[in-house]
Amino acid sequence: MTDAVLSTPAGASGVGAALRGVAGAVVPVLVVVAAIVALWYVACVPMNIKEALTQAERAGAVINPPSAIERRDASAIGLVVRNPSHASATLNQERPRLPAPHQVGAELWKTTGGMVLRGRAFSKRSLIYHAWVTLSATVFGFVIGTVAGVGLAVGIVHSRVMNMAVMPWAIASQTIPILAIAPMIIVVLNSVGVTGLLPKALISAYLSFFPVTVGMVKGLRSPDSMQLDLLRTYSASRSETFWKLRLPASMPYFFTSMKIGMAAALVGAIVGEMPTGAVAGLGARLLAGSYYGQTVQIWAALFAAALLAAVLVGAIGAVQRATLRRMGMAQ
Amino acid sequence: MIGTSMPTERTAPGAGVAEADQPVIEARKLDLTFQTNDGPVQALRDVNLTINKGDFVSFIGPSGCGKTTFLRVVAALEQPTGGEITVNGMTPDEARRSRAYGYVFQAAGLYPWRTIAKNIKLPLEIMGYSKTSQEEHVARVLKLVDLEGFGGKFPWQLSGGMQQRASIARALAFDAEILLMDEPFGALDEIVRDHLNEQLLELWARTEKTIGFVTHSIPEAVYLSTKIVVMSPRPGRITDVIESTLPRERPLEIRDTPEFLAIAHRVREGLRAGHAYDE
Repeated sequence: MTDAVLSTPAGASGVGAALRGVAGAVVPVLVVVAAIVALWYVACVPMNIKEALTQAERAGAVINPPSAIERRDASAIGLVVRNPSHASATLNQERPRLPAPHQVGAELWKTTGGMVLRGRAFSKRSLIYHAWVTLSATVFGFVIGTVAGVGLAVGIVHSRVMNMAVMPWAIASQTIPILAIAPMIIVVLNSVGVTGLLPKALISAYLSFFPVTVGMVKGLRSPDSMQLDLLRTYSASRSETFWKLRLPASMPYFFTSMKIGMAAALVGAIVGEMPTGAVAGLGARLLAGSYYGQTVQIWAALFAAALLAAVLVGAIGAVQRATLRRMGMAQ
Repeated sequence: MIGTSMPTERTAPGAGVAEADQPVIEARKLDLTFQTNDGPVQALRDVNLTINKGDFVSFIGPSGCGKTTFLRVVAALEQPTGGEITVNGMTPDEARRSRAYGYVFQAAGLYPWRTIAKNIKLPLEIMGYSKTSQEEHVARVLKLVDLEGFGGKFPWQLSGGMQQRASIARALAFDAEILLMDEPFGALDEIVRDHLNEQLLELWARTEKTIGFVTHSIPEAVYLSTKIVVMSPRPGRITDVIESTLPRERPLEIRDTPEFLAIAHRVREGLRAGHAYDE
């Protein structure tokens, strides 16, 4: 009886609090997004004004100043101030220096949802197809990198020799710019007949193993001396210490480093698509866009890559929450 | 079982029944020197001590007096650099392998990813107990520390005192005869501590374990022990060993009796003497 009486207002205020919580989280996010979009639109006007004025002049409009040479040397903001009526033309150009948000949005829709509606989701003009190509290399490379990273970490934690021999090389490997080493990996593997997914995946793995190694070394070493002493009083073996203490204790570190590793793997896959003259993948799409001055296409590919990264990292986050809750370690 | 031979021996130490005074832990001229970056540090010097079966022995002294180090030597977590020590007539290493002792640390140190029952199972899993016997042991020790019904809870769902009780249950799970406790209640508040002290005495009476107990607190040491070992630092050594004259049955009120205060006074004197020696 009393329970029921008490629980009703508590439940109602709980819902209210939850709604306030959601609103409290959504409103600041929306404000920030709106501010970025507004800033972006404002930036488009001076960025694209010269091209807009040149086209308007060709169409017969009177421009201030009338000389193209004078305009070339004038400041962009000054041109906007002197020709305010042409500002709107800066937002709808075919090849703008900086495409406006709605142009990028329209391109994204045209190459994703629009293609799906026409039943051509996996045509070569579809970003879904290119994202899929990049995704498969990313995930494949991420798996290789994670397995290698965990393996190295286990070795480093258990062997003094490996700790001293491997860690410096792992750190050195990350100081080499990936842009320098990616074409070499592709070319070398190509010359021995390995082509397709694997070379790109290896570049992804090269970038993603490192955060996993560092994170897992930290995680496997996280049990304090008291916890290790406790297992010594049971005369536990090294493998028992590993499976019962070190590995479970490292789980929060594991997921955090996998998130970083996944983002790095995506960068690796995109970089791997650039120097090879690849025809497919978000990296190839970026490269093609820059060859042909298709800025809208570049920006659309960039946003696709960002969305892909968000989805992948979000997926790891979901697995993390589920796992830690099962382990009883979520708050 | 409990009420018969043991207490008579306890109230009249030395004069007791011949068969009862079995030495469980014996240290002879024990030395331990740590090599540190600032040079050698003598953690234990010339420590001679006999702990008999069923004793409750407290080690008390300021930080750095070697009380924890001594307990760790008994547990084979540290190797002495001189002298001899036997546990159940064996070396500490052999005693550990024969599961002679359970160790309770200052912090409960329960695994956050295991429930209380599974935490208590941890030593049993490592020692290869069968699944059914694991369940039996867990149920029995949970009852012993008054945590029945909490086996399915995770550590963070329990109070600090309950967590420490669970860690005592974990140390008791595999039926070791000796319980080594390194300031187990040091991080808990006074009220919880009083309560746990009472429970520990009850548990000791019921199980007839031999207990080595490190503490900073004079009342705690006097209240719990049959024997109080007073130690002093630099180098760590024993300055006094006090056989308690208190009866085995000890309500909390015993702490106001003249007898209790007399023992506490002697402990305090011993600590002061050790300190003065240093300055």
